[in-house]
Amino acid sequence: MTDEAGEAFVRLIGISKSFGAVRALAGVDLTIQSGRMVSVVGHNGAGKSTLMQILAGTLASDTGEIRVAGHAVGHGYGVRRASALGIRCVFQELSLCPNLSAAENTRIFHPALAGPGWRRRARRLIGDALQAIFPDHGIDPRRPVGELPIGQRQMIETARAFTETDHPVRLVILDEPTASLDATAAEQLLRYTGEARARGIAVVFISHRLPEILGHADEVFVMRDGQVVGSGAADALTEAQLVEMMGVVRGADPTHAPGWRGGGEQIRVEQPARADTPFRVQLRAGEVVGLAGLAGHGQRELLQAVFDAAFHPAAGLRVNGSVAYVSGDRRTEGIFPLWSVGRNTTISRLRALARLGFLTQAREAALAEEWRTRLAIRTPDIGRPITSLSGGNQQKVLVARAFAAEADIILFDDPLRGVDIATKRELYQHVHRAAEAGRAFLWYTTENTELVNCDRIYVFYRGTITDEIAHTDLTEERVIRASFGAGQSIAV
Amino acid sequence: MSGGLRAWLDARPWIWSFGAALIVWLVTALVVQGRGMLATLAVALQFATFYAIVGIGQMFAIAAGPGNIDLSIPGVMTFAGYIAIGLMNGSNHGLLAGLAAGIGVGIAAGVFNVLLIQALRIPPMIGTLASGFVFQSMAIAYSRTTNAPPAPLLVSFSAARLLGVPLIALLFIVFTGLVAAALGRSVFGRAVLAVGQNMRAARLAGLAVRRTLALVYLLSAILAAIAGILLAAYSGGAALDMGADYLLMSIAVVVLGGTSIAGGQASPAGLWGAATLLDLVVTMLNVMRVGAGVRYVVTGLIIIGVLALAKGRDEAT
Repeated sequence: MTDEAGEAFVRLIGISKSFGAVRALAGVDLTIQSGRMVSVVGHNGAGKSTLMQILAGTLASDTGEIRVAGHAVGHGYGVRRASALGIRCVFQELSLCPNLSAAENTRIFHPALAGPGWRRRARRLIGDALQAIFPDHGIDPRRPVGELPIGQRQMIETARAFTETDHPVRLVILDEPTASLDATAAEQLLRYTGEARARGIAVVFISHRLPEILGHADEVFVMRDGQVVGSGAADALTEAQLVEMMGVVRGADPTHAPGWRGGGEQIRVEQPARADTPFRVQLRAGEVVGLAGLAGHGQRELLQAVFDAAFHPAAGLRVNGSVAYVSGDRRTEGIFPLWSVGRNTTISRLRALARLGFLTQAREAALAEEWRTRLAIRTPDIGRPITSLSGGNQQKVLVARAFAAEADIILFDDPLRGVDIATKRELYQHVHRAAEAGRAFLWYTTENTELVNCDRIYVFYRGTITDEIAHTDLTEERVIRASFGAGQSIAV
Repeated sequence: MSGGLRAWLDARPWIWSFGAALIVWLVTALVVQGRGMLATLAVALQFATFYAIVGIGQMFAIAAGPGNIDLSIPGVMTFAGYIAIGLMNGSNHGLLAGLAAGIGVGIAAGVFNVLLIQALRIPPMIGTLASGFVFQSMAIAYSRTTNAPPAPLLVSFSAARLLGVPLIALLFIVFTGLVAAALGRSVFGRAVLAVGQNMRAARLAGLAVRRTLALVYLLSAILAAIAGILLAAYSGGAALDMGADYLLMSIAVVVLGGTSIAGGQASPAGLWGAATLLDLVVTMLNVMRVGAGVRYVVTGLIIIGVLALAKGRDEAT
């Protein structure tokens, strides 16, 4: 397959796509050169994921033309064709089979890995890719991926896209690849895209983290309402310009969080200091406490322990009040895919809504409608299936569910992963308001910039707390230092 | 098929079983030239009722998600039938005691199943199959001491007709309506469907997952006991093989009726379409004088045909 002189590896011309009455894409043109990294930015629902699905062959466009390596792909363009042309995609929704190991998942991807000894070859193939992209990843390629934390699953998914057997890799689409990765792994991946580009591989990089984009991409395309509204070389653009093109309404700057105060007197969660750490965990009513550190160092375990202790008293962890849990892993821990937006919103509040065990339609609809409006969830009506919403809006529904539950303690398990900046800012405001009203938040985040919303922060390293940082003392350096085990040795 | 029609059909997964039952009924009528059409339907409805009662319990189990199933239904039916009829011993004086004991067997069986599944963590498919054997064996042991006829009142109740329609069919159709309402609009029903779609999400949403599953198995066992008592009364006494058909039939009516085997969705109305269909097929093949071997082939083909037609909804997602 040879490129015709001067033509880019991929050209998308006038791509349109509608889902029912919703116009997801309205005539998009996009050009991707070999050996270059193109970044696509925009709000949730701007059409980025739809465009990428069309490019990867998982969705068919209504109109428009896709040209790869100088030839129109024509009808019957699907995943198989795309893969044969060297186009790979790492989706936001992880596509690994949870009951299979990393090696076996690689085998599914590569029909050429057949015959005796395929297991060993598959293990080496994925192992080498993981090693090249994420040195010291610590993943056992023989374990079922369902048993691995989401960060490691994302690493396998990403590494798999770069493995080669019969067809060379020409273009890799990375849709929110860093959202589930911690800072180190994200940095490793971005560094690797440079090596891949040097070998002539084109990369499409979708992210909500603007510094990553400006620091690593070659060109940036900004999407809004299904159209490309601006583009340019990454080194000629600023964060402010991108934000303006995306049409973000500049909300309050989260760095100073007006009116944020220390929290009330009532203690909601308390875990005494243990032998291995001088820091005790305490969460008071009205307080927002952040859990920081690299992914998988014990933050989720604390959230789970608090959640369980709210139902069954546990030794060494006192929880006083009702809890609600919002997971960022919406597909495995969040949504009920057969249900509407409304039913997904009200599920944690049913007991209070019901009379004699039965629900009245009006009361339930009113609650769902109230939260749809308050969190500005983008759906024509709450009767629509939850799966018809964009990923960020589904995540909003999960936050709405937790707020609607009126729990005393809200546990955030990195819930804003893959949510755009404007939505995040709105949600920060809601967290702030709910805290004012006396709710307590325990908030695990993989994005250090999000920690400015917290009154206090515990940093985790290998299952223990290595630092406690007050809002006023927060610096990125201190968080990073503690994330690698070198925190304050004495409680503040 | 146009999108609108497909969507309309997908929202009504029970429609296929009713359609197929109607066709089979009309074919039967053609063969016998229209004689006794309504009587055929009434008889089919009578037997369909027993399928539908156990089907409701099985439907809750299947809707509660992958891995959940109740295979103890035949054993519970048989043992509850024997105990209830044995206590009645042909007299109306023993009626209440017999009913209470029979339903008590159902409650005990449900609790036993829940203990196997939740305390001993045995997969439901194995746990309920094993407990079914236990109850079947207890019925065998008990059957050596008794060969009692049912209470006359219960016999006439189980066979009673109201305007030509079997009374128990009417009662359980009303009950199915309540079940449908409970699935959509009760806390328990929502919890079952939530657990069936995503157990982890259900737990994190604050639902009592273990209690919900326990109630599902309890409900299924109680309904199996009720079906066993009514069937024994209708047949003039309990028999050791009376539950044999119900292992597969309870699952067949659930799936044919439009309930998703993947869990999280239930189609109570469809139980009646499917139960009537399965009974009418036997009648149709009988009047066509089809041999026993061919009969199974045709029954199998009809089940496959209905499922293939109704399949569209899974591909759409």
